[in-house]
Amino acid sequence: MIRISELSKCFGATPVLERISLDIAAGSFVALLGASGSGKTTLLRIIAGLEQADRGSIEIDGVPATGLPPGARRIGFVFQSYALFAPMSVFENIAFGLRVRPRRLRPREVEIRDRVERLLALVRLEGLGARLPAQLSGGQRQRVALARALAIEPRILLLDEPFGALDREVRDELRVWLKQLHAELGITTLFVTHDQEEALSLANRVVILDRGQVVLDASPTEMMQGQGHRP
Amino acid sequence: MPAERSIGEPVAVRAAVVLAAVAVAAVMLLAPLLVVFSEALAKGGSFLLTSLTDPDALAAIELTLLVTAIVVPLNTVFGLAAAWSVSHFRFPGRQLLITLIELPFSVSPVVSGMVYVLMFGLQGWAGGWLIEHGVKVIFALPGIVLATLFVTLPFVARQVAPLMQARGIEEEEAALTLGANGWQMFRRVSLLKVRWALLYGILLCNARSLGEFGAVSVVSGHIRGVTNTMPLHVEILYNEYNIAAAFGMAALLACMAIATIGARLALEWRHHRSISLGSEAVWVDRR
Repeated sequence: MIRISELSKCFGATPVLERISLDIAAGSFVALLGASGSGKTTLLRIIAGLEQADRGSIEIDGVPATGLPPGARRIGFVFQSYALFAPMSVFENIAFGLRVRPRRLRPREVEIRDRVERLLALVRLEGLGARLPAQLSGGQRQRVALARALAIEPRILLLDEPFGALDREVRDELRVWLKQLHAELGITTLFVTHDQEEALSLANRVVILDRGQVVLDASPTEMMQGQGHRP
Repeated sequence: MPAERSIGEPVAVRAAVVLAAVAVAAVMLLAPLLVVFSEALAKGGSFLLTSLTDPDALAAIELTLLVTAIVVPLNTVFGLAAAWSVSHFRFPGRQLLITLIELPFSVSPVVSGMVYVLMFGLQGWAGGWLIEHGVKVIFALPGIVLATLFVTLPFVARQVAPLMQARGIEEEEAALTLGANGWQMFRRVSLLKVRWALLYGILLCNARSLGEFGAVSVVSGHIRGVTNTMPLHVEILYNEYNIAAAFGMAALLACMAIATIGARLALEWRHHRSISLGSEAVWVDRR
């Protein structure tokens, strides 16, 4: 469960987020929908700890997260451009989060191998562990980024425009797959998109942001019937 | 994917351009090198060996290697820090820092040596204080190290900064969300990302600090066996009409430079091979 209260953020003199309050239930699949400049990516980055809010607070599972470094939050983040480690193999990319753990929490090499292999199977990339990211297609890279984020056993999964850089065919296929994956794993998931159709077809809750404010908060059904909560 | 593509000029023009480039390189670069080696061996191998194992010559070689061993690590650390700050932070004075890093390229090395003499020399700003405390900077190892540091300061930063800037900071952010601490992020992600540029920068810095003449010449004082570096020793021998010995030392310096270039070529070859292997695999995959 994520509780966001009265969150505000400015870049210089420009307000990006203005008093955002949101409760996100555990296990839900939420779309943050908005045009570019609506503040949706900034909100995602603040939740991940990559950006600090000017005012307001975030609680994760009842514990205040403000001031907590990104690595201590156990939040998986998938970047729009994937941000895979270019010089590392797919295997090492996925294993990264396990290898950087403090010694006493670090799994043994056999376990790391085993975990990575299972994740590769989960994202349907068996046998591609030795490849470099540059040797993969866009859709494959996206799934490596997802597997890498899942390797840390995150409490929350944040996806920034997850299908933005992919062509239509791959995108449709990946959407179906991601929805299944969410149903299977049940990890609380927030994703940012500017595509209304994508938000409606994937999420069980759609939050529309406009100029840093929540303008509509609804389930896809409510939204299509013109209902929903307008703060 | 073809690595080179013709833009349609006639074969004759292409051949002429290539030949001209090769000819210039041969006359201007290769010929002097051959002269150095042939002059060095003019009096035979045993003379060469004796001249290089002369105590003053050995002292010069030792000093040059010592200075390089101090300067290269320091400038590597400084270069990385400077490249990191100018490519990832926006702060007042950033543009000034970029200009300052490049200053040694535009200032004559002799001038930079003079500046150190003015600052730390007997009549310099800090000269009195240094003498009272028994610290020798000018005409001693610290001065030579300072002058060499100044001259070789831009190499690492200049190689690394553009790449850091181009690659952005997202991979670092990804590392942080995956639980890496600052040091792990730097070592496993940032350093790995710029490793080729960093190695080139270190090699260039190394080559220059072995060979620096101007700035070191001003601060060294040319004390034989004490503050003479290899390039200075070459000059002294040459001025004493000890031509064969001078060329012998020069040949040794040239060998060090060639080794540096060789290391660079080997790195480039490995680097390109790994890249082309990569694109090959993509190509195979698409089929």
